[in-house]
Order: sequence, then C-alpha cells, then structure tokens
Amino acid sequence: MIGFCLILKAAIVAAAKNELVAKGELEMINILFIEHDGTEHPVEVKAGGSVMQAAVSNGVPGIDADCGGSCSCATCHVYVDSEWIDKLETIGPTEEAMLSLSTDRQETSRLSCQIPVAENLDGLVVKTPEFQF
Amino acid sequence: MTENIIQGKKKPSKWSMVGKDASSMPLKDIDLSHPGIWQANEYLPFLARLRKEDPVHYCENSAVGSYWSVTKYKDIMEVDTSPQIYSSEPTIGMVDTFEEFSFPAFISMDPPKHDEQRKVVQGVVAPANLKNLEGLIRQRVCNILDSLPLEEEFDWVNRVSIELTTQMLATLFDFPFEDRYKLTRWSDVATAIPGHGVINSIEERWESMEECLAYFTRLWNERINKEPGNDLVSMLAHGESTRNMPPTEFLGNIILLIVGGNDTTRNSISGGVLALNEFPDEYEKLRQDPSLVKNMISEIIRWQTPLAHMRRTAKTDAVLGGKQIKAGDKVVMWYASGNRDEEVIDRPDVFWIDRPNVRQHLSFGFGLHRCMGNRLAEMQLSILWEEIMQRFHKVEIVGDVERVYSSFVKGYTRMPVVLHPK
Ligand code: HEM
Ligand code: FES
Repeated sequence: MIGFCLILKAAIVAAAKNELVAKGELEMINILFIEHDGTEHPVEVKAGGSVMQAAVSNGVPGIDADCGGSCSCATCHVYVDSEWIDKLETIGPTEEAMLSLSTDRQETSRLSCQIPVAENLDGLVVKTPEFQF
Repeated sequence: MTENIIQGKKKPSKWSMVGKDASSMPLKDIDLSHPGIWQANEYLPFLARLRKEDPVHYCENSAVGSYWSVTKYKDIMEVDTSPQIYSSEPTIGMVDTFEEFSFPAFISMDPPKHDEQRKVVQGVVAPANLKNLEGLIRQRVCNILDSLPLEEEFDWVNRVSIELTTQMLATLFDFPFEDRYKLTRWSDVATAIPGHGVINSIEERWESMEECLAYFTRLWNERINKEPGNDLVSMLAHGESTRNMPPTEFLGNIILLIVGGNDTTRNSISGGVLALNEFPDEYEKLRQDPSLVKNMISEIIRWQTPLAHMRRTAKTDAVLGGKQIKAGDKVVMWYASGNRDEEVIDRPDVFWIDRPNVRQHLSFGFGLHRCMGNRLAEMQLSILWEEIMQRFHKVEIVGDVERVYSSFVKGYTRMPVVLHPK
C-alpha cells in the first residue's frame, strides 16, 4: 500500500515536472562530474545557479568552495571537458587572477562557481582535480 | 582574575579597555588595537557592539594611530577581494612598519610582484607535496603524544602545541632535528618589537637574522649537490625559478614560512582543547564518531581565529559599508569578528563540530593573499586529533588558561591539563 502510494506520488511529481519542462518553465540540465580516479557523478539541476552549486548541493565530492562562490578561494577548481570549453563565457579578471595562482592549472581549468548553469550547457562534463588548494 | 594577571605583568596602559562596559562606552572610544581586552578575553562584546552599531568604525586615537575597523563578514570579504583598492603594502600589521627592518616577503606585496613570488614557493605546501610529508608528521605526532604523562598536570602549550609546531616546521624544511628550537627562536625574533622581552634592539634582530641566513645557506649548499627532495630548502635550491634567488629574497621566504606556520598552528592546537572543554557535549559527539575530526578542524580554526586581523592601506578613496574611506587610510579586517557574524554564521558563538558549511570561515583570509599554508595547517590538526582520539578519553583543562598579549596573534601562553587515557 505504502509502496503503491510512493509510486503514485513519484508518477505525479514526474508528470508535473514534465509539464513544466514542456512549458519551458523548468529546464533540467544534466552535468557529469568525474573525479580524478574516474568515479562519475551525474547530476540534474535547474538553470540559474553555478556549476559549483550544482556539485555542492548534490553532494559531489572534490569541490570545497571555501568562499561560497565569491571567486576568492579557488577551491572550486575544475577541468572542463575540452568539447565544452568553447561554450563557456570567457574567464573574467578576478577568476583569472585566482586561477593563475593555482598549482595545478591546466588549459581547461575553470573556477566552477564562475560558470552559470545555462540551457546550452545540458550535458556538460567536468573533471574534479585530485586536490583543491 | 584576568585583571590581576595583567597588573601582575605590566601596568595597565591608558589605552586599555579591560574592565570597561562594551555596551555603554562611547562608540568613538572603542579601540580594538590595544592588546588588553584580547589577553583578558573580553573582546567579544566590543566586536558584537561594532557589528551591530557601527560595522565600519573609525578609531581616531590609538597607540598605533587612526584606523578603520571592519567587523562584518561581507565587508571583510569586500576588502580582502579588492587588492586594487586595499593594498597589502607597505605592511599587513597595524604598526606602521619597523622602519629599520623589513623583509621582502610576498605577504606584504601587491600584484604582480606578489603573484610571481608566491608561485615560486607555494608548491612546497600544496597538497600533492604534503602527501609526501604526512607519514613523517604522523610519526612525530605519535612520539610526542606517547611521551606525555597520564593523570598528572602539565602545560599543554609548552609540551604539545609549541613542541609539535616546532617539529612540523623542522619536517617541512628537513631541518636538523636537534637544532629545531632555533626555528621557533628566529620566528619570535623576526616579529618581536624591541624592548618587549624577546630582543632588546634592532641590532640584536639583525644578528639573529644573519645567523638564520647563514644556517639556511649552508643547508641550501648541501642540498643543491644532492638529489632533489620534498623539503622546502631542496625545492628552492633545485627549482628552476628559485635557483638564482638573491639571498634577501631567500631569507624573506624562509622567514615568512617559519612565521606563518608558527603561532597560528600552535594556537589552533591549544584552541581545540579549550573549545572541547567549554563544549563537553561536542567532545562526547566526537568520542561517539571520531570521523567528525575533519569537519571539526575547520570549526576549531573558525572558533579560534588564530590571527585576529590583517591590515590594508587604501590606495584610493572608496566607500565601504556607507563610510567614506580616504586614500592612505589604514583599514583593518577583524577576522575574529567576521567569524562571529550572526548574519552569515548560524549561532556563531557555539562551537559545533558538525556545523554545515564549516569551511566558509574567514580565518585564512580570502583573495590573492589567502593563506598559503591552509592545507598544511589542516593536515597537521587532523593528524593530531586522529591520534589524540586513539589514545585519550579526555584532555582536561584543570586550571586557569593564560592568553597572549596581542591583538594580532590570538592564542595562549599557558593551558594546564591532565590526560585521561581511554
Ligand atoms: C590555522 C593556521 C593558520 C592561519 C589561521 C593562518 C592565517 C593566515 C591569514 C589570515 C593569511 C592572510 C594574509 C592576508 O590576507 O594578508 C595568511 C597568509 C599566509 N600564511 Fe597562513 N595561517 C595559518 C597557517 C599557516 C602555515 C602552517 C603556514 C606555513 C606554510 C602559513 C603561511 C602563510 C603564508 C606564506 C601567507 C602569505 C600568503 C600570501 O600573501 O599570498 N600559514 N595566513
Ligand atoms: S567557491 Fe571560492 S572561488 Fe569558487
């Protein structure tokens, strides 16, 4: 009985969500986080927040975000999959200043708190570094 | 009681606010720079009043001249992340400068010089390198803890906090172990104000610093002829961008690392013991679930706030929290206050080992100058508490705790404890 109720509830929630998505009011965007050892963490979030928030609010490990998204700690460092890097907005001066002090910066390094989750990023793939520093 | 300690040590200064009522004294007379209230542990009500009534507060008269006190989390963040307005030059201390003596150290430089120099040395305290040092640090922590007396009073500050910090610095530099006390001495000398106990004159400081330079130059010469190692000296000696560093810069970097890692770590080690004694329910929570150590470490660092403030100097006119700051003004970020800001931190005066978002404290600063040793400090504290929890049921404080006479270094000079084994 309880099981049935839960299934029913899930179905109603899913239907409601589909309706909103269809109306364009609630777009769910998929982001795949891959840890340095290859462990994958797919998450589904609404547009609006940052990629850092998408990770933190879904319990994805490997992102500390010590400054809470103010672009002033660099502990939300990620490597964006090269297929996606051109779809992102360019690096701003503060992000550049913080990134330039990173010990393991690579070509596709970004601070994930500075990447807004937008509709054109559905399917985004980012790798988290072994260490945040 | 605390009054007596102060009177026993030195005559109260005319600037001291010890014993005054924070809620009723005229706002304009509040002067956080004087060490009295910090040593007497009476500073919190003054910080709370400023946060509430005058979050960006001008103190016109003090022993260190006039200055702004910034006490809210978000305003501190704004100052820390605007180096183009709020400069770290010429110094990050409230006293203008020790004119006769200053190190070329990147903590008191602005970009681009700051960035260039920091990049050169930060690899040594980056997590990838710390992994190599972890085993040795753990072994040294265990040795110290295993040598402590049980069920017998001793001073935690001396036997554990200072000893451990000194040994960890020695580990970081691969410094000859039997000479390790020199490191602590050099750190004390480098920051001391002549005539206040540690040294009597500027000359004495120079002599000591020359000894330090000579010692490290010898280590450098030894290591440059050996295979590259994981210690700081070897890394500097072999590093492409550091091999040809001029001696003053080499000394500046060495001193910065010794000073940066000394009092801060020492006082976090003591602060953790005090916090757990003041909040016994949290201690019990930790005993039930020792895996909370990682989270607790950040809470200790927030609750303690080992450096109460950092100073900036305005390069241009600016508006902060509605106040008009003028070019040249001294602006002091009180991390000790921002970390207790109820608008950002839930029940900030409570020590809460499984606090959510615990890492979002101000103790390491933010922005370009964010503490370079933050991962090292966290690693040291984690190892220490993991090993303490393996051995002892309780580190119990059994007498009066004494605090440092400083509004910058927030810490302890004495903490009598008794260890109860598991
Ligand atoms: C809990 C322990 C520690 C605390 C609370 C702490 C606090 C701080 C703070 C607040 C700053 C910011 C300075 C500013 O914004 O002007 C800083 C910078 C710094 N700290 Fe730490 N520190 C700690 C441990 C260490 C350790 C263990 C080291 C040794 C490697 C260290 C080395 C440094 C260095 C080199 C800087 C200058 C960074 C720069 O200017 O770019 N600190 N620290
Ligand atoms: S969360 Fe601090 S820089 Fe992104």
